[in-house]
Amino acid sequence: MLVKEVVALIKKDLVLEWRQRYALNGMLLYVGSTIFICYLSFNLNLGQLNIVTWNVLFWIIILFTAVNAIAKSFMQESPSRQLYYYTLVNPQSIIIAKIIYNTILMLMLTIIGYLAYSLVLGNEVKDHLYFIIAILLGAMGFSTTLTMVSSIAAKAGNSSTLMPILGFPVILPILLMVIKVAKNAIDGLDRDVSFDEIITLIAINLIVGTVSFLLFPYIWRS
Amino acid sequence: MKFFKKSWWKILAIILVFYTLIGGLLMDVPRLAILNETIRNLYFHVTMWFSMMILLLTSMILSIKYLKSRNPLHDIGACEFANIGIHFGILGLATGSIWAKFTWGAWWVNDPQLNSAAIGMLIYLAYAVLRSSIEDEQKKGTISAVYNIFAFAALVPLLFVLPRMAENSLHPGKGGNPGFNAYDLDSKLRIVFYPAIIGWTLLGIWIASLRIRTRKLINKIEEV
Repeated sequence: MLVKEVVALIKKDLVLEWRQRYALNGMLLYVGSTIFICYLSFNLNLGQLNIVTWNVLFWIIILFTAVNAIAKSFMQESPSRQLYYYTLVNPQSIIIAKIIYNTILMLMLTIIGYLAYSLVLGNEVKDHLYFIIAILLGAMGFSTTLTMVSSIAAKAGNSSTLMPILGFPVILPILLMVIKVAKNAIDGLDRDVSFDEIITLIAINLIVGTVSFLLFPYIWRS
Repeated sequence: MKFFKKSWWKILAIILVFYTLIGGLLMDVPRLAILNETIRNLYFHVTMWFSMMILLLTSMILSIKYLKSRNPLHDIGACEFANIGIHFGILGLATGSIWAKFTWGAWWVNDPQLNSAAIGMLIYLAYAVLRSSIEDEQKKGTISAVYNIFAFAALVPLLFVLPRMAENSLHPGKGGNPGFNAYDLDSKLRIVFYPAIIGWTLLGIWIASLRIRTRKLINKIEEV
């Protein structure tokens, strides 16, 4: 039952996104222009950026993209339509569907961002598989945390200010872990080295996911 | 709430805090290189974090209770306990900063534990901002309770997992350093340290209880 609802809701979100493509295109343009601004601001030739800076800058861009992309997940639809969903489905399936949908969205944005970023600022990554894993975990972590935060911010009203205030400190452990895993991947370190971080990331994701799953019904009801 | 009106624990708090102040500054401590007399800060700095965690935990439990019961008292309690927790955290940062100056040579060092603590403060300051941004009392209660529980879940890895995983921590017990009790939290320190934790925590609860009672009175006056 729950699975059916979740699948239906994800489908609805994807179709909705596809029909009014301006949101998706808007986010893509956001990533693209941010990357280009960074590139021009540093005013460097290809591959001259310090590796640490390269890595951190990439994740900061992704962080801001995530905040902007996910902030709208509960504002897109009118209150009356949300009330309609309220009568139809479980709140739990809504949060799961939103988290999965946001993960897909973030994954897409991050990968496109990564390609564009490598194009203009160079790519020194030695262990590509692990960097992709870092991207995957990052997309999952960001979307799990920020989906819940965005639901809180949306209920509280002026969410454009609240979203970063509430989200940044909560997301920091995930961001730091992801940056570390990504750094290890760039340096091409032994894969065992980042194993601890990956386990921690997954554990944090699970904790945050479970807490959102338990708490979301209270937010939804109010 | 009856517990708040009893006086035995307030007397205990006063006794323990004075014991900490007098005993902590005058009693014999182990002589260690670099730390020297600053080791006495253990009673004022480390205990702040212990008390803060207990107060924030109480705040989170009250938030869970609020979601179950919808009793506005629980909401007020959660808010005030979090407020006092923030104050203890700021005091912890301040005492830690002084300690860092005299042992590590700078007011603020790039240490994972310090950074985590500062971020923890940001989370709870955000909680305060969230509370003040919602007008409706019931909505405020629900949403801030949810954020409080959510933030606490995020705070635990921040304070207890990340610093331990970091490679370059200066703090004892983190980044591969041995914990305090491994070599120097000997019985001389313990006889002040544990009472100090209880003393500061009780003091925090006392302040919170006074604020909760004031808020209750204000609410009553507004109703009339």
